[in-house]
Amino acid sequence: MNKTALQKIQDFIQDFGWPRLIIALFVVVLFLIAPFVGVRLDASLQDVIARFGQNGVMVLALVPMMQAGAGLNFGLPVGIIAGLLGSTLSMEFGFTGWLGFGMAIVLSLPFSLLFGWLYGVLLNKVKGEEMTIAMYVGFSLVTFMAILWIILPYHNPAMVWGYAGKGLRTTITLDGYWARILNNFLALRITPSFTLPTGTILFFILLAFGMWLFMRSKTGTALTAVGSNPDFARAGGVSIDRMRLISVIVSTIYGAIGILVYQQSYGFIQVYNAPLFMAFPAVAAILLGGASLHKASIMNVVVGTFLFQGILTMTPSVINSLMQTDMSEVLRILISNGMIIYALTRKTRVTK
Amino acid sequence: MAETSPLLEFKGITKDFYGTPVLQNVSFAVRKGEICALVGENGAGKTTLMSILFGMPVITETGGYTGTIYLNGRAVQFSSPMEAIEAGIGMVHQEFSLIPGFTAYENIMLNREPLRPSVAVELFGDRLATLDRPTMKKHAQRAIERLGVTIDVDMPVADMPIAHKQFTEIAREIDRERVQILVLDEPTAVLTENEAAILLEALQRLAEQGIAIIFISHRLHEVTQIAHTIVVLRDGKVVQNVPNKDVSVRDIASWMVGREVKTSHREHQKRSELETAPEILQISHLWVDMPGETVRDVSFSVRKGEIFGIGGLAGQGKLGIPNGIMGLYPAGGTVLFQGKELNFSDPRSALTAGIAFVSEDRRGVGLLLDESLDWNIAFTAMQVRGAYLKKYLGGLLSFRDEKAMQEIAQHYIQQLGIKCTSYRQPAKELSGGNQQKVCLSKAFALEPELLFVSEPSRGIDVGAKSLVLDTLLRYNREKGTTIVMVSSELEELRSICDRIALVYEGKIAGILEPDAPLEEFGLLMSGGNQ
Repeated sequence: MNKTALQKIQDFIQDFGWPRLIIALFVVVLFLIAPFVGVRLDASLQDVIARFGQNGVMVLALVPMMQAGAGLNFGLPVGIIAGLLGSTLSMEFGFTGWLGFGMAIVLSLPFSLLFGWLYGVLLNKVKGEEMTIAMYVGFSLVTFMAILWIILPYHNPAMVWGYAGKGLRTTITLDGYWARILNNFLALRITPSFTLPTGTILFFILLAFGMWLFMRSKTGTALTAVGSNPDFARAGGVSIDRMRLISVIVSTIYGAIGILVYQQSYGFIQVYNAPLFMAFPAVAAILLGGASLHKASIMNVVVGTFLFQGILTMTPSVINSLMQTDMSEVLRILISNGMIIYALTRKTRVTK
Repeated sequence: MAETSPLLEFKGITKDFYGTPVLQNVSFAVRKGEICALVGENGAGKTTLMSILFGMPVITETGGYTGTIYLNGRAVQFSSPMEAIEAGIGMVHQEFSLIPGFTAYENIMLNREPLRPSVAVELFGDRLATLDRPTMKKHAQRAIERLGVTIDVDMPVADMPIAHKQFTEIAREIDRERVQILVLDEPTAVLTENEAAILLEALQRLAEQGIAIIFISHRLHEVTQIAHTIVVLRDGKVVQNVPNKDVSVRDIASWMVGREVKTSHREHQKRSELETAPEILQISHLWVDMPGETVRDVSFSVRKGEIFGIGGLAGQGKLGIPNGIMGLYPAGGTVLFQGKELNFSDPRSALTAGIAFVSEDRRGVGLLLDESLDWNIAFTAMQVRGAYLKKYLGGLLSFRDEKAMQEIAQHYIQQLGIKCTSYRQPAKELSGGNQQKVCLSKAFALEPELLFVSEPSRGIDVGAKSLVLDTLLRYNREKGTTIVMVSSELEELRSICDRIALVYEGKIAGILEPDAPLEEFGLLMSGGNQ
């Protein structure tokens, strides 16, 4: 009897995975310590939830490519660039408020489609090496765009360098445009320092539902089979390349919308080198949520984002008050890169 | 020729893999200077026997064997191929184990290079010795001359024609000191007839020099041409061990396949209605580039409602036929299905026309190992026929109908008796026989007009085998589905097929009725009629 209980615990740990367990416990411990070192619990919770909404969609963007067997989308910056083009264009045209946010999404779409398609065609040519190539595609595109941000004829005074009158600033404030528009939508003030960003969460749920529906469609099913066993899918009349291409395009579109959600919550558009490393926290989050290289679910996204953002928000406040040093950045890098390494070494676990 | 005591003797060798006997009480002897031909169908136990001789790790890992091998009258048991080689046994593999970028002489002398002493050797040991290339070349040249062929020893192996690679490999084996026995596993399989003839001559020359040769081949006319004794293995037993005197290819063929049909309890009935049935599938001049199963030029047609068998030995191209038609490998020629031409470049073409395929590569192509049974069964039908989908907004959006998928999975689990915990179990957890039933269910769910079944009983036990065959037969009789069954097991083809085509070297060697005499099958399978 005892043994079966022990067995069950072991099975659970095996299933849940040690890293996840350790980090979950760590987050719980941080929350428990928080009140004793003078950190307000409700403020911490507010931070965690706000950052969850802020980053969630970008993590969601990784799901289709993982399911299709195209690996972790280290090329998420491709989508992010599309999103940046969408939001800067929307600002340039002077759209504000809901219209501005909506137009940012609409204007980003053609770019996501085009970039996603080109990026997908490239990834189909390098099967087996997607992740390495994807990372460099992301790096190159971000760097290339850094040139374009200077050259492109943006004129809106809120966006361009004041002294030159041209070239985008490194950070562009969204105040007066659509800063925190989702966060403030139906926002619930629960305690003085805990306001639930209802709109952002709702928007995440909406997009997660969209992804869930997509994965249940005929195409989504075919895509999952391609990731699970490409030969099986091909023998079933499914074009592997086409499914992978679709997964990359969907991922890129979600990446673009993801950065738009991030911007409105953060209040700023960041151009130039900012998108360079944005893929890593997202990848770390979904892996932390329990996804393997070929299987990712919406649940993995929710759990992972929550845990990862929990660590990120709680460590600066709690650990810093405890130790009087800034550990948060070190921990963030340690966890995100550690998680990625952990997942990559588990690659062989996929049954063949 | 050989009155001396045997050089190598197998006595009572018995071996089973997980309870399935593969060798039973195998005994025979090879004398000095004798060419002993070892023949048998695929799975007769030839490879296992040679693995035992060489002390391959796979044998000890699976529980070892019983019986004794005597070398020069002494009982031996090698625990690794290295020991066998040191004892004077050489092996030439079906696949070349040569280094392409090295020249012939470098390959022949590999790991046995004569070394040249130098100061560095005195100081740091043999690792820093240089190679004595002139001696190497001389050695290699001598080994090649023993074979009676001419090969440029300076030529890199990558640039050589296949026959020369084969000779290089043999030269390497015979150049070892004290090589007494040479084992050749289908050495002529990759050669043209001329090249094969040269090789056979070389083997005879080696035998005259006193080397004993065990020659494994499917080409029976070669066997009758050069062997001194012929040992026929069938189902792990030695069924014939005769000197090669007045033995015809036809005799060997019937010994090879002439088993008592045990598992087949079915009486074959001739179905006269088939003779007037329209031709549903017409194949002409089909070629398929499937590695190891190349189809060169195949033409035949299948009538509606019949069970058409395709047999032949491994590697002759029978598996290439369905794989090519289904668009899984590059193919050409014309295939008309119900009068319409199929497009081989797109696997969808055959599927939408109403052809389903149960692949021989169950785990690689047939199943989504990590997914549940309902996914496995319903997937292809969903993608091809749009079944098990719920439609919304007038068909604009459609989503998986999980309930319908589960129902169809339940239906087949019951009908075919698939042993599983539930439809949610991942396919990888099922046994081979049950996995095969899942593959059949997947094909049935497509409701095909014609069903290709490739090696339906490979790797499954006897009970499951009979169930699978019964299922196919019932499906054919009840639904009138035409079935084309490809199998390397002749007895299985004979038990349910209406006609059987035999494939040899990528071509149809002939089409027989299932009750034709066994030796006819044997002849066609081994190219003996040519």
